[in-house]
Amino acid sequence: MLLKKSAIAGTLESSDVQIRIEPGQSGIELFLSSSVMNLYGRQIRATILTTLANLGVENAKVTAVDKGAVDCTIKARVECAVFRAAEIKENLPWGVRM
Amino acid sequence: MKNRLRRTMMFLNAQKASLVKDAYIYKPDSIIFDLEDAVAENQKDSARIALYNALKSIDYKGIELVVRINGLDTPHFKEDIRAAVAGGIHTVRVPKTETCEDVWAAEKEIEKAEKEFGVPVGKTLMMAAIETPLGVMKAYELAKSSKRIMGISFGAGDYVRTMRTTRSPEGVELLGARTQVVIAARAAGIMCFDTVYLDVDNMEGFADEVRLIKQLGFDGKSIISPKQIAITHQIFAPTQAEIAKAETTIRAIDEYARDGIGVFTVDGQMIDIAMLEGAKRTIELAKASGIYEGDLA
Amino acid sequence: MINKAGRNIPEEFLRDGVEVFQGQYYLHDKEYIKSSPTVRAFVDPGQEKLVTDLREAIVKSGLRDGMTISFHHHFRDGDYIVNMVVEAIAALGIKDITICASSLGDAHDPIVRYIASGVITGISTSGIRGKIGDAVSRGLLQKVAYIRSHGGRVRAIEAGDIHIDVAFIGAPTADAYGNARGKGGKSDCGVLSYSMVDAKYADKVVVITDCLVDFPNFPPSIEQVDVDYVVVVDEIGNPKKIANAMLRFTQDPRELIIAEAAAQVLVHTPYFKDGFSFQTGGGGPSLAVTRFLRPYMEKQGIKMGFALGGITQPMLDLLNDGLIRTIVDAQDFDLPSIASVNTHPRHFEISISQYANPFNKGAFVNRLDFGILAALEIDTDFNVNVVTGSEDGVLRGAPGGHVDIAAGAKCAILVAPLLRTRIPTIRDRVTTITTPGESVDVVVTDVGIAVNPKRQDLLAVLQKAKLSLPLRTIEELRDEAYAIAGAPEEIQFEDKVVALVEYRDGTIIDVVRKVK
Repeated sequence: MLLKKSAIAGTLESSDVQIRIEPGQSGIELFLSSSVMNLYGRQIRATILTTLANLGVENAKVTAVDKGAVDCTIKARVECAVFRAAEIKENLPWGVRM
Repeated sequence: MKNRLRRTMMFLNAQKASLVKDAYIYKPDSIIFDLEDAVAENQKDSARIALYNALKSIDYKGIELVVRINGLDTPHFKEDIRAAVAGGIHTVRVPKTETCEDVWAAEKEIEKAEKEFGVPVGKTLMMAAIETPLGVMKAYELAKSSKRIMGISFGAGDYVRTMRTTRSPEGVELLGARTQVVIAARAAGIMCFDTVYLDVDNMEGFADEVRLIKQLGFDGKSIISPKQIAITHQIFAPTQAEIAKAETTIRAIDEYARDGIGVFTVDGQMIDIAMLEGAKRTIELAKASGIYEGDLA
Repeated sequence: MINKAGRNIPEEFLRDGVEVFQGQYYLHDKEYIKSSPTVRAFVDPGQEKLVTDLREAIVKSGLRDGMTISFHHHFRDGDYIVNMVVEAIAALGIKDITICASSLGDAHDPIVRYIASGVITGISTSGIRGKIGDAVSRGLLQKVAYIRSHGGRVRAIEAGDIHIDVAFIGAPTADAYGNARGKGGKSDCGVLSYSMVDAKYADKVVVITDCLVDFPNFPPSIEQVDVDYVVVVDEIGNPKKIANAMLRFTQDPRELIIAEAAAQVLVHTPYFKDGFSFQTGGGGPSLAVTRFLRPYMEKQGIKMGFALGGITQPMLDLLNDGLIRTIVDAQDFDLPSIASVNTHPRHFEISISQYANPFNKGAFVNRLDFGILAALEIDTDFNVNVVTGSEDGVLRGAPGGHVDIAAGAKCAILVAPLLRTRIPTIRDRVTTITTPGESVDVVVTDVGIAVNPKRQDLLAVLQKAKLSLPLRTIEELRDEAYAIAGAPEEIQFEDKVVALVEYRDGTIIDVVRKVK
């Protein structure tokens, strides 16, 4: 998937995660901060990277500010940011890459 | 399932992460994930993706899952339907329906999505939200417009303004629309639901309205706060007197029907075999409300 | 050494008769000789106790480097006493002081600088929060801290585990000879229960008030015969934070779901009969349970024999409506309770020893039927953590009366949401054990109820009851939490022990280590 611009999805509210994604050059660069870093830092990182991989995003700079979001919320916010960055608005690959 | 308990249908903003993850603890009969009025125009995509992921990951423990898609006059509804059906939504609620064409337009997209995502065609139910005077006039047609339609819902939001009046506590200005919707639903053999009550702190006013719409014959009400759930279930629960009468009816009909008698008197009350269905419904409702202590199966 | 709760207590702390936790009733029948203070006889009637200021009181008390001072926490987040005294001590150049507080909170953040500078080198407390909790967790306190329950603190003082050199007792009213009460002034707190043991066992007792009244200020919570000095200051605390104008029942739908289920559990146990006893707190959960209890009490004609604890308006309503026979009070949370205690003929102030001391001849918690308790974490052995934060292991809670109530109550009911944002309350292992699982009987969450397998009797009655939430095993609750949030990783600590969690009987139930 080709990212055309930077985009943000999600909020800084409790139980949410804000994902900012920018087109990158050299693989995936992930900057993660979380209110539950000690407990779920590894898992959050894995969820973000897996979601990006499933969408076919290979080069991006991702900044995630997490306030205790569960996995399906993290996945949703990453997906939303990616499609916004790729300027894809319809015919999303539900159930295929998502 | 077309026919099930739907006393409370709780609206939930699909975009709100903190609410979505465990809304089932409040035990509404249905959850309506809102992609329409609750969600800002520039967050429609986010809400849709959040809904899809919630449907795929979270166990809502048997609660009916409904999506209120965006209006048919917006660019959003088709993708809303795709996301919801792909996620496994039970029911699609179409807002501001006025004519059969509205229902069919949505149904067409639902069928397309069912085929695309491997959902058995026809499995996804629908409900038509009636929010305008024309919709009220066409209530019966809307109710009959599709086999998928499990119910019609009255939404008072903009309706009152269009009617050139204002909301009052007694709700007399809504009476015509409410009764029309109930009549249409019963004539078509489907369910009907009443509009939301916005003042979440006024529990007495809310209870009064629930009692009114129950008396009018509605099956349930749209809910906007978990606080409104318990009291609605309580009001919709049959009284012990009603339960007792239902038990008497069922037992008596059982006994007399064997002798081929269709009408008889028990304890001074006339019982007609046609009352069986209503009596059974009362017992079912009592069981679902957790108050049935008898031994009728 | 591994103790009976499964925690490893380093040998270095097991000297001088200190043992590891070996069960909640392990020390029943233990005999010991009580400690006693050094008393300065006040024979000459021409002498006065009133001093000009705090500084003079501290100097006259003979406070020296290395001594122990004590405070109560009846002023809660509105307290000025601790900060005032510590500042004055520092100004005098005194250092290496140990604070023996009944609890410390966010209001006491300012003393962190004195921890850093070595004025304060030791702490014994129940509550340890805010900047102080943070500082101790980061290893800034020179000596290892002691976390004690309310009953445990009294035990430690009476048994001589801790010796108070100077007790500083903030009093809403006091007369010039030291009779102190929690009422009648401008910053009332109702009772002075936490400082009663201080007054009897400290070598020197300083009463600090902002409202000097005529002698004799009777009936006194703190008696003149135990007081050395009296100081008048402008303000002992912020009245708005000492007592809430009115504590409301929670409206939060989730808390109500939990409270309703907890009340149902309670009324189905065999202990729910006329004359039952109930512990209340100022927190949302137990207060809300009271509201759901009332209809059952009225319908079945059951009255509460006594209510114990932190008192609020809803308990007064039950008292005034004849549904409670007696209230025994160790803390007041709102103005109506303050007005009622020692005024209403059946609303009595008691000492913390009477409330929860395990080493006297039988405290009120021993007679308790029900306790409703909160929790930060609960594990699959029903152990509870109420003192360290889940996300970082930092000290930010308080055992309070939790441990005492759980040990004493016939039915200890824990109430907590299954998750707090992403953090599971029910988990494999709690970060720190304050309350051992053997003392916890039922756990009520917003998704289900778990009964301790040790209570097959309770499980049997609850299985027959109609409950608004399903009965589950504690493992099933944990699984449900992990299904939503994922299994959390364990927090990594450094080896250094920064605090000992002392069980109410003086044994060590767990340790808190330095955060990374």
